[in-house]
Amino acid sequence: MEALDRIFIRIGEAFSAFLAQYLPGPAVTVIGMFLSAIIISTFAALTFMLLTWLERKFVGRMQDRIGPNRVGPFGLLQPIADAIKMFTKELITPAGAHKVVYNLAPILVVAPALMIFAVIPFGRDMVAADLDVGVLYLIALSSATEVAILMAGWASRNKFSLLGAMRAVAQMLSYEVPLVLILLTLVLMAGSMRLADIVAVQGVPFALLQPVAFVIFVVAAAAELNRTPFDIPEAESELVAGYHTEYGGMKFGLFMMAEFIAAFGMAALVTTVFLGGWRPWIVPLPSWLWFLIKTYLVLFVFIWFRGTFPRLRIDQLQAFCWKFLVPVTLVNVIVTGVVVTFFPLVRNGELVVRGVGGWITVTAVYLAVNVLFALVVAWLYRRPTLQAMQQIQVGQPAGRGLSREVQTA
Amino acid sequence: MKPYAVIGAFLVIGLLLPLMTVMAATLLSPRKPNPIKQDIYECGLKTVGETWVQFKVQYYIYALIFVIFDIEVVFLYPWAVAYNQLGLFALVEMLIFAGILLAGLLYAWRKGVLSWV
Amino acid sequence: MTAEQVVFILAAIVTLGSALGMVTTRSVFVGALWMVAVFGGVAALFILLGAGFLGIVQILVYIGAIAVLILFAIMLTPRVMGDPQAPRYNRQWPLVAVMASALASLLVALVLRTDWPVAQEGTPTIAGFAVELGKGFMTTYILPFEVASVLLLVALIGAIVIAREE
Repeated sequence: MEALDRIFIRIGEAFSAFLAQYLPGPAVTVIGMFLSAIIISTFAALTFMLLTWLERKFVGRMQDRIGPNRVGPFGLLQPIADAIKMFTKELITPAGAHKVVYNLAPILVVAPALMIFAVIPFGRDMVAADLDVGVLYLIALSSATEVAILMAGWASRNKFSLLGAMRAVAQMLSYEVPLVLILLTLVLMAGSMRLADIVAVQGVPFALLQPVAFVIFVVAAAAELNRTPFDIPEAESELVAGYHTEYGGMKFGLFMMAEFIAAFGMAALVTTVFLGGWRPWIVPLPSWLWFLIKTYLVLFVFIWFRGTFPRLRIDQLQAFCWKFLVPVTLVNVIVTGVVVTFFPLVRNGELVVRGVGGWITVTAVYLAVNVLFALVVAWLYRRPTLQAMQQIQVGQPAGRGLSREVQTA
Repeated sequence: MKPYAVIGAFLVIGLLLPLMTVMAATLLSPRKPNPIKQDIYECGLKTVGETWVQFKVQYYIYALIFVIFDIEVVFLYPWAVAYNQLGLFALVEMLIFAGILLAGLLYAWRKGVLSWV
Repeated sequence: MTAEQVVFILAAIVTLGSALGMVTTRSVFVGALWMVAVFGGVAALFILLGAGFLGIVQILVYIGAIAVLILFAIMLTPRVMGDPQAPRYNRQWPLVAVMASALASLLVALVLRTDWPVAQEGTPTIAGFAVELGKGFMTTYILPFEVASVLLLVALIGAIVIAREE
């Protein structure tokens, strides 16, 4: 068990010991760093291929279809067939596009998605870069993605691309605020921005201590990833494909890759900060296996969203963020600040909750405060909620997006 | 310094991996450009009018409000990290800080800028 | 030459080269992209100085918020965005050249005259930079901290007043 838990660390140690026989110390360190980056990036790329299959299969089942089933058993070789197709399709640079920016954008959109995994603890002591500002680093990466998306939209010289990019970035900016405020709440409880520390203080997963924040985080994460029901940036019925309309072949493949890897990274982040990361739940499996199980559970929820909800309209989407998520999460920071003062998890950098009794008390207090908070929020928002439900029953037209965004002056 | 070096390695690999993928695709794929193929794809029709149209200012307002909140959060993170080493006083201070911003958000709400018109 | 020096030279080249690219490009949008690269280079310099928190914040605020805001502003101005042949100069260039060279010579003079403290062994890293910063906000710099929130509020109100369509 112990051996299986640390198997990857042992392999790494053995490999560096082997290299150290032939190379000087610093060279071994540098090779080790690059090797970890290569291995984790390859793992992410393979996960991307698996995820395309999983998503199509699951959504297919949810919509009473079979999904891919022609290539290989259960269609498992479908991603490989897709990859071959992507590699052999002609790469087109449309006339009128800004050539350098157009070709740079798909590369720059993948890099931040891969860089997420540098700070994620995959298992006990399994983190490539144990950064003390890990949480801020992850937020900073999503900003880099926004610039790449704007580059793609602008350089394509296509109205749909440009509009898709504007929508995507406006949405990512807006939904970043609740995400960041929730992460702030968790950092406040853990007393550290290091992801490994946040995992270490989760004797009880934060999802139980902060259920309201957990639900909002998953919803806002789906929006940050531009996934259904928040996928108006790439609404097929209005915008062809959004900011990557003009991209084909492997360049388009890179956008898809960035999207799926970012989804995997976001699921890994949810697991780390809310579900106790690699900490086993009851069943003693290796820590990295538990981490993967939880991450795939979160991913399944994202796919489930996609199979279930219809798309929102852009005004609904922004109103939902700024008039509901942002105020609620901001007040949650204040409420949690008060609770943390009287029932701290961490004091002077040391975990102060002791024993099962201590955890039960802390969980009960946080849960009670959260339930109370949720009830107050529900009461305050009772009227807009009822109005929204009526609108759904009346069946407001959904396709007014384009005319709402272009200035009619 | 070490974690940042690892992140540097991730940056290099993160840029090289897609770059090599595109280069491999360039080698493997055919190359037969023609004017119609290179044309801009707008549902298969010829582009009508100027591409760069005027968008709603609303997008810009959301971005402006975002900048304010982003900077606020950057101020609050050091507070959140240090809070477990500070007393009740720090809580009061944060309440004032966050309260002022909440007031700003409510002001924006009342002025109707958060609504998509 | 140590690894840190190599990285420093690379970051400096990126920063200065991108700055040069920004002022020489004809397209405003591409200029803004060069500026993003400058911000990235400056972030790398912060990190090399041992101020990782500031480096990350530099990316978060300057690239994630301010550069995106500028790109948005450019995209909202179709005449500027769609003009790849905008002139590089206008009639004010001699005046600007004088001002810029005056500022540059002042900076160079200052850099040369300052007696820079040299670290003894490698780069000093500030352990728990963010924690110390947070403590500072709550004790010594309490007034600037609260004033910052008022400043942000004023900025928010100002932005709303200016940007609202009327």
